[in-house]
Amino acid sequence: MTGPAAPQPRLATRVYRFYRDGFRQMTVGRTLWKIILIKLFILFAVLKFFFFPDFLATKFPTDTQRADYVIEQLTQSAPGSTPPVKGE
Amino acid sequence: MIENLDLGMVNWARAQFALTAMYHWLFVPLTLGITWIIAFYHTIYVRTGSEEWKRLTKFWMKLFGINFAIGVATGIIMEFEFGTNWSNYSWMVGDIFGAPLAVEGIIAFFLEATFFAVMFFGWNRVSKGFHLFSTWMVAAGSNLSAVWILVANAWMQYPVGQAFNPDTARFEMQNFFEIAFSPYAVNKFTHATSSSMLMAAFFVISISSWYLLRGRHVLMAKRSIVVAASLGLLASIFTIFNGDESAYEIAQVQPMKLAAFEGLYEGQTNAGLVAFGLINRDKKVYDTQEPFTGFHLHIPGVLSLMANRSFGSFVPGMKDLVYGNAEHNVLGAVQKMERGKKAVASLDAYKQAKKAGDKTGAEVQLAAFNTHKEFLGYGYLKKPEEAVPPVALSFNAFHVMVFLGLLFPLIFIGYLYFSAKGTLAEKKWLLGLGTITYILGMIASQAGWIVAEVGRQPWSIQGLLPVSIARTNLTTGTVQTTFFVFLVLFTLLLIAEISIMVKQINIGPEEN
Repeated sequence: MTGPAAPQPRLATRVYRFYRDGFRQMTVGRTLWKIILIKLFILFAVLKFFFFPDFLATKFPTDTQRADYVIEQLTQSAPGSTPPVKGE
Repeated sequence: MIENLDLGMVNWARAQFALTAMYHWLFVPLTLGITWIIAFYHTIYVRTGSEEWKRLTKFWMKLFGINFAIGVATGIIMEFEFGTNWSNYSWMVGDIFGAPLAVEGIIAFFLEATFFAVMFFGWNRVSKGFHLFSTWMVAAGSNLSAVWILVANAWMQYPVGQAFNPDTARFEMQNFFEIAFSPYAVNKFTHATSSSMLMAAFFVISISSWYLLRGRHVLMAKRSIVVAASLGLLASIFTIFNGDESAYEIAQVQPMKLAAFEGLYEGQTNAGLVAFGLINRDKKVYDTQEPFTGFHLHIPGVLSLMANRSFGSFVPGMKDLVYGNAEHNVLGAVQKMERGKKAVASLDAYKQAKKAGDKTGAEVQLAAFNTHKEFLGYGYLKKPEEAVPPVALSFNAFHVMVFLGLLFPLIFIGYLYFSAKGTLAEKKWLLGLGTITYILGMIASQAGWIVAEVGRQPWSIQGLLPVSIARTNLTTGTVQTTFFVFLVLFTLLLIAEISIMVKQINIGPEEN
């Protein structure tokens, strides 16, 4: 004799358990996740923050100013024009 | 004046971008290609129910996972570089690339994040049908995520469907479909994905051949090879035909690139394709030195056929494209520079008139700019010879790619032939060659990108924006620092990938 079937957990619970169990069963995947997290930290927290600022976004607060700057670069960089001012 | 610009910075920024892109491309083709091969393995498992096919599928999935994990986000670095080193370019193309790249990234992310997890975690957890569907969706999603970046690259080589707005300094999208479905873009995407498939096939063959040479996992290796070689053969044949179509497109829209990678200085009718030759690295477009040193062999008419679909047609050489050729109606860089300078001067005058509130003057200058804007980029060249890309590098890269590309189908045929005869495991010479095929595939693939990117110099956007103007006005030292930071970072990541990959290959499928 079998008792009444246990109610099926909600979809969200099943999805959560699916991911949880999947991550728990990982072997080489654990090492890979560590590499991914370290890499993302280096990329976004170090490189992007310290070495790769968005040049126009940091130099000019508005799109109009950015457009003016680029137009100036375009018109004054041609041979025979006044040289543009060097950034940093 | 342009002489005062720091060209050292431009070259370092180019070197950094090349380093990043080439490193990124170590991972991308394997991801694009092997997901399809795994989908086939998985399908065979579902149809046969054979545990051997299941083990095999899981094994290749694991190696794919390692490649994906190490390669993930390496492309983001290029985006950083755009904003920092190439800010003028980045600003100017933002309207064309920004939104589609973001949408593509989001769609691909969710597609991959959902189905990727089901593919790896779904064994015995979801139905076999849904599991298999997820594997196919990972393949589709991975390849989908390459669409717009390749369209963007194609647009830079053939900038259609846009209009330059002199008020915002931006190229604005006028026709999405013209950009997305330009013949250049279609060829680029199909060439990149089909060549990725053949590279993934070589990845499987390299590892499987190594197993066969050592007498390990023999059944798995043989089965893996049959499927991979079949798909690889189809992909390699498609890549050859598609490469020919790419060459035709290049001849139409970037004739200088074609002339450079064929070492064609003087235009010719019935132009021959170089079958063998050592390019003279010292030759300049304006001197009378021979283009080749020592023996060289041309196949008559084939370059004309490739460029214009006609044996007797005229193919312009670098001299024609620099100095012009009235007889064949070829406009040279000399003439284009005159028009380009008018475009730049009109743009400047338009800006001044607008600033002064002179509406009529601004309209006149805008009309003058529109007349010559097609040649805008030539206005920034100091001398017409600057329109010539590095010839020796383009030539050598192209011929390495073509030689290997023609060799690849023969290798696949060899594997299939001896597999069918049942004697593959005895053919040590073929298995020995097989173990290095992935490296050969990678060399061909990277050479292809060198042809595409070095061959289009000096342009970041063909004819409209040279790299010297696309750059940010930074000092060389700033870019040098990050170049070496990346070099160290990439080397460490590559060592990590290779060591993890080698360890898993040594363990083999049993432990999975």
